[in-house]
Amino acid sequence: MAEFVRVKSMMPPGHVRTPAYLRGKRGQIERALGSFFNPEQLAYGHKGETRDLYRVRFTMTEIWGDKAENPDDTVDAEIYAHWLDWEGENHAS
Amino acid sequence: MPHDHLSPSGHPFRADNDEPITYWQTMEIAVRELLIEKGHLTAAEVAAQIDAMDARSPANGAAVVARAWVDAPFKARLLDDAAAASREMGFDIGPLKLIAVENTARTHNLIVCTLCSCYPRNLLGLPPDWYKTRAYRSRAVREPRAVLREFGLDLPADMTVRVHDSTADMRYIVLPARPAGTEDLDEAALARLVTRDAMIGTGLPRAPHAA
Repeated sequence: MAEFVRVKSMMPPGHVRTPAYLRGKRGQIERALGSFFNPEQLAYGHKGETRDLYRVRFTMTEIWGDKAENPDDTVDAEIYAHWLDWEGENHAS
Repeated sequence: MPHDHLSPSGHPFRADNDEPITYWQTMEIAVRELLIEKGHLTAAEVAAQIDAMDARSPANGAAVVARAWVDAPFKARLLDDAAAASREMGFDIGPLKLIAVENTARTHNLIVCTLCSCYPRNLLGLPPDWYKTRAYRSRAVREPRAVLREFGLDLPADMTVRVHDSTADMRYIVLPARPAGTEDLDEAALARLVTRDAMIGTGLPRAPHAA
């Protein structure tokens, strides 16, 4: 079953691996990648806790609207769970 | 315009790098010298590691691609876990986590790292300079088809382009489609058709007669 998510549109300072062009955009979970140490903490020498990482697929239309080069082409990106809001049922992240 | 800035060969003289070293260059030298001074590393070990990285080349990835073209169970393992499949072939790729994405008659894949320069270095060696430019990094997700046309690849509208932005812990390799007319080629000959750009997605494998 397709799982849809929306990337949080927050703009925190520091080392962040969620590209700005995808913030606020809706995509589909392409696959779960497992848990990794959070680069937002690793960048400052803290190991911290691991976070779940997902590959999320976005359509060009979703990202660029009417300016999309080809609406059905896609961008897949790796996004950490703490940057995602799940649509529909509650998701334990 | 005077021509005294040209060498006798007609090329401009390259300026010497006389500018002061940067903060991070100073940091690298300081850390390296401390590690050597305190006996954690030797200068020879540092040089050997640089040699090991320089020895990695797109030929490693090409061998993996060619194996996938001739060995269906290997291809299945590659698409399931590309790092494990590469290690199975004997490549020392360290902690690399690798995903292989397959080009088909309907899908073309393109790899980029919009945030910096993530690249499967442990398998393919260092990325080309253009891969790290702002122009490639920003345009690959904005207008991939226009970028591909500049690389000489004009994709039909009914083919889907999937761009993969290496934003976190994974690295990517494109598994290109096996070119037509290669039925008689063995694995080594097939590997020679696989270019670096074919594995980034900015190109296709060579045609057999052109190799």
